[in-house]
Amino acid sequence: MARRLPRKDVVIVGLGWTGSILAYELSRTGLNVVAIERGPWRDTAADFNIGTAPDELRYAVRHDIFLRPKQETLTMRNNPSQTALPIRKWGSFLPGNGVGGAGVHWNGQTWRFLPDDFRIRSHMAERYGEGIFPEGHHIQDWPLSYEELEPYYDKFEYVAGISGKAGNIKGEKQAGGNPFEGARTREYPTPPLKQGYAQDLFTNAASNMGLHPFPRPSANISVAYTNPYGCSMAPCTYCGFCERFGCANYSKASPQTCVLPALIREPTFEARTECEVTKVNLSGDGKMATGVTYVDAEGQEWEQPADLVLLCAYSLFNVRLLLLSGIGKPYDPATDEGVVGRNYAYQTGSGSTAFFEDAKFNPFAAAGSLGVALDDYNSDNFDHGPHGFVGGASITSAHTNGRPIQYHPTPRGTPTWGSAWKKAVRDTYQRVTSVSAQGSVMSYRNNYLDLDPTYKDPLGRPLMRMTFDFQDNELKMANWMAERCDEIAKAMGAKTTQVNRLVGPWNVVPYQSTHNTGGAVMGSDPKTSVLNRYLQSWDVSNVFVMGASAFPQNAGYNPTGTVGALTYWSLDAIFKYLKSPAPLVQQ
Amino acid sequence: MITTTGAGARVVTKVLPFKPNEAYPVTPIVPGGYLFFTAVEAATVDAIVDRLIPTDNLGAGAKDAGVTTFIDRQLTGPYGGHDWLYMQGPFSDKPLPSQGMQSPLTPRQQYRLGLAALETYCKETYSGRSFVQLNADEQDKLLADMEKGEIKFENFSSRMLFSAVYANTMEGFFADPIYGGNRDMAGWKLIGFPGVRYDFRDVMEKPNQAYTLPPVAMQGRPAWGDR
Repeated sequence: MARRLPRKDVVIVGLGWTGSILAYELSRTGLNVVAIERGPWRDTAADFNIGTAPDELRYAVRHDIFLRPKQETLTMRNNPSQTALPIRKWGSFLPGNGVGGAGVHWNGQTWRFLPDDFRIRSHMAERYGEGIFPEGHHIQDWPLSYEELEPYYDKFEYVAGISGKAGNIKGEKQAGGNPFEGARTREYPTPPLKQGYAQDLFTNAASNMGLHPFPRPSANISVAYTNPYGCSMAPCTYCGFCERFGCANYSKASPQTCVLPALIREPTFEARTECEVTKVNLSGDGKMATGVTYVDAEGQEWEQPADLVLLCAYSLFNVRLLLLSGIGKPYDPATDEGVVGRNYAYQTGSGSTAFFEDAKFNPFAAAGSLGVALDDYNSDNFDHGPHGFVGGASITSAHTNGRPIQYHPTPRGTPTWGSAWKKAVRDTYQRVTSVSAQGSVMSYRNNYLDLDPTYKDPLGRPLMRMTFDFQDNELKMANWMAERCDEIAKAMGAKTTQVNRLVGPWNVVPYQSTHNTGGAVMGSDPKTSVLNRYLQSWDVSNVFVMGASAFPQNAGYNPTGTVGALTYWSLDAIFKYLKSPAPLVQQ
Repeated sequence: MITTTGAGARVVTKVLPFKPNEAYPVTPIVPGGYLFFTAVEAATVDAIVDRLIPTDNLGAGAKDAGVTTFIDRQLTGPYGGHDWLYMQGPFSDKPLPSQGMQSPLTPRQQYRLGLAALETYCKETYSGRSFVQLNADEQDKLLADMEKGEIKFENFSSRMLFSAVYANTMEGFFADPIYGGNRDMAGWKLIGFPGVRYDFRDVMEKPNQAYTLPPVAMQGRPAWGDR
């Protein structure tokens, strides 16, 4: 039987980026805020200590700081006719765990989506007609515009200290930045990172081809910086241990670096770690949340009453918590009705590997978001008419690391072991680079999340089931992008190149991307969305749900910039809600 | 302030809870003997990894870099029992290739059963000889067939054994030497990985130039012991 705790004003589920930002902004107004986090507390000094942090085996291979599948995983299948089986070991994506969440182990690529991305459904129909949309799609406009979100992108970028070069300030194009980006209020808070030799070659080649390369926006920052919360960051040292690692240098924006030092001083805030929220509790009529139930590390169940419940877990686990709590109608692909679990989407990866006759790329001197990108083939920045697909990709030359267990490339056709392999590994390491396309994934009727009928977590709750495959539209798009990457790789002077195509079915084994989006999407119509435009549940108005689970479909970018912006956007609405508790959008 | 309300909740409020010099280092592996492998198993693993990454004119291979010790110690830890993975049934006998690992066998079981199956197969196929007694060409041929799953051991997948040893060999050859493999940073020297220096701002200033400093591991590098 759950023991009942004293009421709080706000309970936050999960203390990552979104949870820590909301916790700080709400507790500083004097509200009593408790954040409940199922993983451990983590501090830079102790947990990402410079003497222990650069350990590839421990963190990148054995997944020391990630959610352990034993605690929670998902089941997966490629389509509804198959039987889903558990993801027993993480591969394709790596959910975080503990304080800081995925904000600890991310690479730091911090994008804004493009203005067209927010009204992709209307825009594509206007320009190309309905025939452009793929069969079975669920593409829908976002319920807000880029212009509305812009001040909140700005806010997040300044809290995170992002290094970059503006391409468009208040409508005026800026040399050296991304000419396709939406207008921004001001320059990035810190200048771009230094780039490596491969990026120099890419910049020259792409410019000569009439493309528009620019340094990609980075949360591994270039210079010392103190953010508006008074938290200080140090310059990146290009150590090459970003993704899958905590940063020992205070150089990578994370809740630890940018928010927690300010948050923890707020006397009305407390965090409870190693406590797993099992459900959001609802009033008798199901219209209001009364708080949450959680289980602590010793298995004791507690009930935490609260006036406001903010779901700030990783996108997938927000969706699962909604399903387990009975908030919103679960999506059913058979009838195409219901909303929770609808519009799960992901990310495509394709590109070209470039082998040079003689080069010293020094791939180990790197940062998670070091790189030069171009957006000429993203969103609707190019004519889709001749191609017959929707969506696009950001194309990048980057070295994020040269860590040797997972990075020792050889040309295709090389033996996989023996002296010939050894020689090829030695000869290739310094002479290979790549050009990569990270592409959008649209939403579809048959790509969705629901509860698995067979497999359970250690608390006996059903695992979530992921039904997902790359559809023809995405394969076509990604493989067209791979050709574009290859053109650039050749122009960079590569002796040989290898085109890396996207091939279905989606496979859970090789790492691809921890950009799992959708499942609790925001929208204008309660029939096709879980949340209104303020990330407020249509069904339970004192529940707000943060994260990439709100994306109606995914764009050709990393999600965190947009997740951060939406958090600040929603925060403004939460303040309005607190003054006058009611649905912020009438149905 | 750190308090514990009730039972198992760690409550953090008002002050970041870390203490000076607090860190969570791994325990360095001390080579010598085996904690999991029998002498026969260790000899077989030695022989396999010596073919996967041979010692040659480019430097030490996996056996000489301590990879067998690395694997032995990994198998005695949480990895060896898949302690962190989802191991609840039911286990499907017909998973889709896209669904990844679906075997109930832990790495410890894979090695124990797999190496025994290999030994039996070798003795039956090569007139009583063990894997370690085969010549290099025979070993290479056998390993290549295991990799492709083209030979059948009794009661065990030859491909599963190959995959386990192969993955662990790459880990042991390239992981920090603190784990018992990559002795003298042989794997890092092969490719020119400078290790855990954690600061390459100097490299960024010198594009397309060779990096000349020797690698450093979490416990430093051998020359530091000479001071």
